[in-house]
Amino acid sequence: MRRGAVSYLPLLILAALWELVTRLGLVSRALLPPFSVVLVALAHMLADGSLLRNAVPSLLRGAAGLALAIVAGFGLGAGMALLPRFRAAFGPLVQAFYPLPKTALVPLVMVWFGLGDTAKIVLIFLGCLLPVILGTYNGIRGVDHVLVWSARSLGASRRDVLREVLLPAAMPQILIGLRTATAFAFLLMVASELIIANNGLGFLIGSLGDDGAYPAMFAAILTITALGFLADRGFAALSAHLLRWRT
Amino acid sequence: MTDPSVPTGIVITGLSHDYTPRAGTRVRALEDVSLTVATGSFHALLGPSGCGKSTLLYCIGGFLPVQTGSIRTDRGLVTDPGPDRGVVFQNFALFPWKTVLQNILYGIGKRGIRGAEARDRAQHFIDLVHLTGFEASFPGQLSGGMQQRAALARTLAAEPDILLMDEPFGALDAQTRRIMQEELLGIWRQTRQTVVFVTHDVAEAVYLSDAISVMSARPGRIRRTLSAGFNRAADPAVFKRPDFTEQVELIWQMVRAEVDDARRPAPA
Repeated sequence: MRRGAVSYLPLLILAALWELVTRLGLVSRALLPPFSVVLVALAHMLADGSLLRNAVPSLLRGAAGLALAIVAGFGLGAGMALLPRFRAAFGPLVQAFYPLPKTALVPLVMVWFGLGDTAKIVLIFLGCLLPVILGTYNGIRGVDHVLVWSARSLGASRRDVLREVLLPAAMPQILIGLRTATAFAFLLMVASELIIANNGLGFLIGSLGDDGAYPAMFAAILTITALGFLADRGFAALSAHLLRWRT
Repeated sequence: MTDPSVPTGIVITGLSHDYTPRAGTRVRALEDVSLTVATGSFHALLGPSGCGKSTLLYCIGGFLPVQTGSIRTDRGLVTDPGPDRGVVFQNFALFPWKTVLQNILYGIGKRGIRGAEARDRAQHFIDLVHLTGFEASFPGQLSGGMQQRAALARTLAAEPDILLMDEPFGALDAQTRRIMQEELLGIWRQTRQTVVFVTHDVAEAVYLSDAISVMSARPGRIRRTLSAGFNRAADPAVFKRPDFTEQVELIWQMVRAEVDDARRPAPA
């Protein structure tokens, strides 16, 4: 654990440099408020509840979109991996949809689903869907067929094989897909809230920026960074636990 | 064990098998193979690489479809994989996400046995293959020899009638291999299951088997089936006996002839 803490030393150095260049006047305070000033703004926003009031809806949207994407993405990925007809039907769609930046869909989704939570959840869902599909598909396709054979010769039915062999064997790939999806969830959450919202961390950044409240805006950015970091670390810990057999 | 499984023989009649590589034309892997494996006997399939001996084993396992001919056990025609035919693979095929104990419990659980009884059975087979103390290890933490012991225990614990072994010791070093051969023979003398054992190691086949079928190179045919029978007496020095080395030499000449045949260009 101590080594873990030491590995974050570069972040501390970055914060110190940030403070230094602004205090020495190397960078205009109008463009970059000192780190300490940002921390003070952060404390204010924690105290008056504005941070929490905006973080909660953001996280709920992110979690909802991600959860839907995990369910649908796993179904589609597994279907494509196991059923040739399913693969023939959905494979080209996935390939065509893959390179499209999902942020390009923001205006369209807003038109279709309105300005409320639904549109944002749909957008996050669409962004997270592909990494989950691809992780599941590649994971299952890559399973050594001998593992399936050995399960079958030990008495597993065809039905058992998906849950008892393919899913755990594909888990490393699936988790890589989920990790990418989690990052995309944050990306699309902020992007959609920046464009149209009346609450959320993306909205907060946008409106504070418009008001010229830069220390508070940086505080909101730091908050998103911290939440994304915590989500990723939590995810890494979950992966390490699920994949503890890989030594 | 409360219900020892009934050893079952295998009757293969006129079995041919073709496969189509991803890019290319159909290849005949097995040609009109007929073979009877006596109940409770240890039967080796021996031949040069690419002779279809593994294909034959996987047909018996039910993993590859029977295209022409038939395979029959006491339980009827083989159409699918089933727990009556346990398989030990060259690369172990243990579930890497399960511990040794969990791997061995898998097949026991599939037989509907749970709880303390399942645990006792698993322990019996863990002890049998000398893996006591490694119950909680994951396969990735074990040596190749230990992984193959675990795989053997997992297959034995499902109590199949027939044991299908695909070069099970092929991935092991020479010393481990010799020890595993001795232990397998010791276990088989207790269980007396019907065993089909694929190998390209002539001495291994002669040491372990009641009968040895020598196969020809592609398309795979059964060239000859010979009896060996050195496996019945527990004699670790059998490798040095003149009649043993003579038998190995004789069979080696046959395999050698098949390899030479395969090297000769096919007639136009």
